[in-house]
Amino acid sequence: MASLIPCPHCGRRPKEEFTIRGAALERPGPDAGQAAWMDYVYLRDNPRGAYREYWHHTSGCRRWLVVSRNTATHDVTGAEDAAAGKGGKA
Amino acid sequence: MNRLRLSTGGLIDRSRPLSFTFDGRKMQGFAGDTLASALLANGQRLVGRSFKYHRPRGILTAGAAEPNALVTIGRDGRTEPNTRATVQELYDGLVARSQNRWPSLDFDIGAVNGMLSPFLGAGFYYKTFMWPADFWEKVYEPVIRKAAGLGRATREADPDGYEKCWAHCDLLIIGAGPAGLAAALTAGRAGLRVILADEGALPGGSLLSETATIGDRPAPQLAADIAAELHSLPNVRVLVRTTVFGWYDGNVFGAVERVQKHVAELRAGAPVERLWRIAATQAILATGSEERPIVFGGNDIPGVMTAGAMRTYLNRHAVAPGKSVAVFTTNDSGYRLAADLEAAGVGVAAIIDSRREGSPVGGGSARVIKGGLVRDAKGGKALAGVTIAVDGSNETLDVDALAMSGGFSPVIHLACHRGGRPIWSDAHGAFLAPQDTEGLTLAGSAAGVGSLSACLADGAGHAARLAGLLGRAAQPAVFGPVAGEGTGDAGKPLWSVPGIRGKAFVDFQNDVGLKDLKLAVREGYGHVELAKRYTTNGMATDQGKLSNINAIGLLAEARGVSPAEVGTTTFRPFYTPVSFGALTGASHGKHFQPVRKSPLHDWAAKHGATFVETGLWYRSAWFPRAGEKTWRESVDREVRNVRLNAGLCDVSMLGKIEIHGRDAAEFLNRVYANAFLKLPLGRARYGLMLREDGMIYDDGTTSRLGEGHFFMTTTTAYAAGVMNHLEFCAQALWPDLDVRLASVTDQWAQMAIAGPKARTILQAIVDEDISGEAFPFLAAREVSLFGGALRGRLFRISFSGELAYEIAVPAGFGESVADALMEAGEAHGICAYGIEALGVLRIEKGHVTHNEINGTVVPADLGFGKMVSPTKADFIGKAMVHREGLTAPDRLRLVGVKPLDPAATFRTGAHILAKGTEATLENDQGYVSSSAFSPHVGSTIGLALVRNGPERHGEEIVVWNGLMGETTPAVLCDPVFVDPANEKLHA
Repeated sequence: MASLIPCPHCGRRPKEEFTIRGAALERPGPDAGQAAWMDYVYLRDNPRGAYREYWHHTSGCRRWLVVSRNTATHDVTGAEDAAAGKGGKA
Repeated sequence: MNRLRLSTGGLIDRSRPLSFTFDGRKMQGFAGDTLASALLANGQRLVGRSFKYHRPRGILTAGAAEPNALVTIGRDGRTEPNTRATVQELYDGLVARSQNRWPSLDFDIGAVNGMLSPFLGAGFYYKTFMWPADFWEKVYEPVIRKAAGLGRATREADPDGYEKCWAHCDLLIIGAGPAGLAAALTAGRAGLRVILADEGALPGGSLLSETATIGDRPAPQLAADIAAELHSLPNVRVLVRTTVFGWYDGNVFGAVERVQKHVAELRAGAPVERLWRIAATQAILATGSEERPIVFGGNDIPGVMTAGAMRTYLNRHAVAPGKSVAVFTTNDSGYRLAADLEAAGVGVAAIIDSRREGSPVGGGSARVIKGGLVRDAKGGKALAGVTIAVDGSNETLDVDALAMSGGFSPVIHLACHRGGRPIWSDAHGAFLAPQDTEGLTLAGSAAGVGSLSACLADGAGHAARLAGLLGRAAQPAVFGPVAGEGTGDAGKPLWSVPGIRGKAFVDFQNDVGLKDLKLAVREGYGHVELAKRYTTNGMATDQGKLSNINAIGLLAEARGVSPAEVGTTTFRPFYTPVSFGALTGASHGKHFQPVRKSPLHDWAAKHGATFVETGLWYRSAWFPRAGEKTWRESVDREVRNVRLNAGLCDVSMLGKIEIHGRDAAEFLNRVYANAFLKLPLGRARYGLMLREDGMIYDDGTTSRLGEGHFFMTTTTAYAAGVMNHLEFCAQALWPDLDVRLASVTDQWAQMAIAGPKARTILQAIVDEDISGEAFPFLAAREVSLFGGALRGRLFRISFSGELAYEIAVPAGFGESVADALMEAGEAHGICAYGIEALGVLRIEKGHVTHNEINGTVVPADLGFGKMVSPTKADFIGKAMVHREGLTAPDRLRLVGVKPLDPAATFRTGAHILAKGTEATLENDQGYVSSSAFSPHVGSTIGLALVRNGPERHGEEIVVWNGLMGETTPAVLCDPVFVDPANEKLHA
């Protein structure tokens, strides 16, 4: 039905405005090796509890966010711009 | 006629009579009536037939939990089956029909099921219709479906409008009874943004049926006074006729407001229902409690109802329940009803109190039978009497109405919607809300609070506390001393009555009886979730609001455990049924989804285009001319004409993305598999975009219009996906790169001009020299048009293999530029061509689309292996594109295919088999990914993905289509059927 995502740019907005990509993994370097790349592309944890995911505010500011939520309680504990802390302009 | 209507009292307006019909009979009620109260006032006790046994049924409750009084109201597209008469407000001209009866409510053939009931117990379907197996789908299910069910939905379209909206507040209060009103007043006075929602037409809840006084004010007057003050507060919104049906993540509540379900004349332009999503910082659940029926024989006979319902009809609607009433109660509340009945001049035969201890007061002068139990009610379509068991002997009372109160269950549904489990309380004899409901506070009798004064204080107290949490000082509202209220004593649950003779119902709506539950336990289905499914208890449209608690109590009794151990089934939204109309909102008919039209849509339409829906787009598919009988004739002509003269095709729906920034070239270099860093200014390049797993994601051309300015085109289907992907790369992967992206798909009208005469035609409107030397293949530049009147972007790119250009102009100029080109091309034989011809032209040239780029191919599969840069440090897909399985020589790779007999055809999707082999999975060599009739080749041609394809040119194979039963001898060939040397392209 509804729940709200605290977009750092737009405030609390309905989740229907967002697109979920999945786990917020760090992209391996090009020479990280097959094992690291297999892990990045195919293997996902399915934790009960805290989870960090990439969410795109597709129908809003169009920024990619890292949303922290609890898969068991559905609590959204935070959302930050994906560029934050990576030397980019959030 | 209205012999049961009292001459005074109640909240009805006797000066406003309303006419309505029930099963065609004309009846009359008053403003302030529900359909149920009006039916009762007209002496209509029999209102429906039950689901399974077709038992005569009356009105059991006065609220949302009603399982029996379900009727169909309205006509044509406004027909609403299974409307609860107990919540439907009466309006002038209302048309109601009873359900599940044939030929009439009074004489119903289906009632024969009642006689068969020994054979129709729990699990009957499962046991009986097992054999033969295929009979279930063909015979049993259709017959059972026809016989069962309640109302019938209309097949006509709903003519009414619906809408959806959001609301935000500090405090949402659900339920405007004593606790809710006290809470709203407290919070409203403190300045909080308050929304108070109640399913009823008037705020007040139980106050509207109450005879107690508060500070010398009658209870309904208190409700009206509080409502008036709330209306005067600008920070308070009162939503009546609004059911809050669900509690969701983030403290968001769903609610449906019945805006115009109670009116005779619809106000045009206004919705009939409105769906609210309410984001509340805090919420108070003040939904009150539900009175329980008691399980005894004949407890479903019309004339038997819950005590609270009888009190509502008596006090609020001024309807007497009958001439002589018996009250069967397990708690003190039955005494309040007896006193009110007596005051209204209705005879009370006896109060039958299941308890032996205690001496409740306030029951009036009626006889009290302590330790008595109603064992059986008698009667058919109306109650004729009751048999009472007391101290081992039986007594019969001749009464025409029986009130029952088996105690109260707090209405805690919403508090359980987010996964919390109810907790059994022995002290309350009821399940209470889960402990941890952060953001939601229960107040009043929903929290197990008993008396009216305690509920008022509880609501006000919680609101004051929450106001404090939200940073506002608040004083709990006070209303003065309450006189004449009940004790609020919970009594002791009475799950079963010994010695029952007749049918004793637990779930009235699904006809589940005491015996069914006992059978379920005996057969090993005693777990609450199993018993529910085995007996269907609680599975009807009322979701077991009345029946679940009694079923749990009976299961506990049969298993010899506490109800705490039995537990409850899961509470889920919606609290009461919500119409599809409300959930759909405005998204129906032509508003079901948006329509995307190209800026050249009108241009195409005036040239007679046939449009085809692709995603949300309407694309011109072909342009039929007089005398052309089939689409193929039009498409063949367009294809021939493009190769012979020239054609103009609308390609505006291709995705277009502006890319700016110091690092734009480096960014493109990383998102494309091929090199872009050194793309010269003024040049376009075909680009292959991979996924990280190495498969091709999308393709298109990207042009460099400035040092740090690129213009990308994507395929139509992946326009949005590519934009999202690029934003991910720019923001999440490489935020250190200076790059900015903007989708400009809708800002440009873009058209392809293809064919040997394309340059001549185009030169007529382009100011600059576009000769082969000045504007070679893959040139891409901004150009001046019409002597400087307009600027556009010109790209020399070709999907058809002909000498071709694409020109983009600001969207608003699209149609006039297309007109100018058609005019300039008229002498040169230009024609408009659609995407069907575009498809034929590209297949003839061996160009791929998403038919081939289907998520299973890597660049080498399509002959693009050499495009994948071996030198770039990194790009999306680099790490995985060279995996062993993706470089294996026997992968399915691109090849052309054409039939041996030019008259033969095959279709896209057909499989390729080596000659002389059987059609088995092992022998499968691949499949046709695209096919078309080629006027140039003179036969069907195809592109196919075939094992070792490029090494097999010239091999005769068989194209096999198992679905259509077609087998076509064919030959594999080069996928480029036209101009393999690209002479036309570079002309």
